[in-house]
Amino acid sequence: MNTLEFTVLVGLGSLGAGFLGSLTGLGGGVVLVPLLALAFGVDIRYAIGASLISVIATSSGAAAAYVKEGYSNIRIGMFLEMATAFGALVGASVATRVSTAAIAVIFGVVLLYSAYLSNRSPRERQSDDQPDPLATLLKMDASYPTPDGPRPYHVHAVPAGFSLMFVAGALSGLLGIGSGAVKVLAMDQAMHIPFKVSTTTSNFMIGVTAAASAGVYLSRGYIDPGLAMPVMLGVLVGALLGARILIRTQTRLLRVIFGLIIAALAIEMIYNGLTGRL
Amino acid sequence: MMHLKHNWTDEQIEQIVGNLLRIGVMAAAVVVLVGGILYLIHSGTTMPNYRVFHGEPSDLRSLSGIAGDAFSRRPQGLIQFGLLLLIATPVARVALSVFAFALQRDRTYVLVTLIVLALLMYSLTGGRL
Repeated sequence: MNTLEFTVLVGLGSLGAGFLGSLTGLGGGVVLVPLLALAFGVDIRYAIGASLISVIATSSGAAAAYVKEGYSNIRIGMFLEMATAFGALVGASVATRVSTAAIAVIFGVVLLYSAYLSNRSPRERQSDDQPDPLATLLKMDASYPTPDGPRPYHVHAVPAGFSLMFVAGALSGLLGIGSGAVKVLAMDQAMHIPFKVSTTTSNFMIGVTAAASAGVYLSRGYIDPGLAMPVMLGVLVGALLGARILIRTQTRLLRVIFGLIIAALAIEMIYNGLTGRL
Repeated sequence: MMHLKHNWTDEQIEQIVGNLLRIGVMAAAVVVLVGGILYLIHSGTTMPNYRVFHGEPSDLRSLSGIAGDAFSRRPQGLIQFGLLLLIATPVARVALSVFAFALQRDRTYVLVTLIVLALLMYSLTGGRL
């Protein structure tokens, strides 16, 4: 296989990953690393570097649209970003010191958990809502658009959310993914932020989190231009296509299918990691 | 811009941030695409090898090295420069937020955003923990 053929195939694979990632809301990063490592035989370190780049591209691309709709909360995002950015620096620094087999196994476990999380339906919360003093002090309470006009919400459990965000950042830095599932878990479940606000704020944060580890990877030589080029462009085009089609599709079934793909990749990653093939 | 000068609302900031993100991603994609085409013309028939990790050469690892390569129009340097533009987009967004919170006289969030910006700059200059 020459470079041209390799580039075209990686580009098409990335396009598919970006497409499914945006249709299901899981992001392309979770399938990219296993795809590159397992199907293309790319060393997991190059795969992580390329995936991280694509995560920034899709997050910024989607955030541009979300931000304008007024769902995402920039104060919550920026405050929690202190934890994710620090976590991402720690994660990326750890990644340059541990074996690729260990990374593969951790990746597999995180994939399995993401597949599980993403296939639970968000439950509606009753507004038990007493303002939380810390959230009030940090001016996090806001409102979001609904068909019946803006609906106000209160934010809770800021310290718990902050700690979970550190974990999300560390996983993002270690594995080159966006960790959207963990971010949404922290905001939706722990901090009781409405689901739409959680998902769009998570998207807002993903690009910043990924940028916080990109510098570490770049300076360690993990980001290869020849590989990152088709991955970034493919994922970006795929994500844009997915966003266009999103309105017309039944996402429930897609999420189940995508969840199964992720679970299969996860098991393969764990197996290959344990047998020392990655 | 005059009417924005006194007191930006969160909505106005979000509009500007949205535009900034869109422009950043588009600019990065164009540079990567141009670099990619040159790279394929230049070395499309050779064999790629990503199976074994070597790490990138030093000129593709640092900000100054990448800028130098990009300006001497080396295809790989050009792609890497596009990738840097992409990484810079969220950084620029955070920098813009510092400014926006300062105009709102929100000292807490100026501090919060400066901490995030410092972490990003530390990483971008190659720092690790």
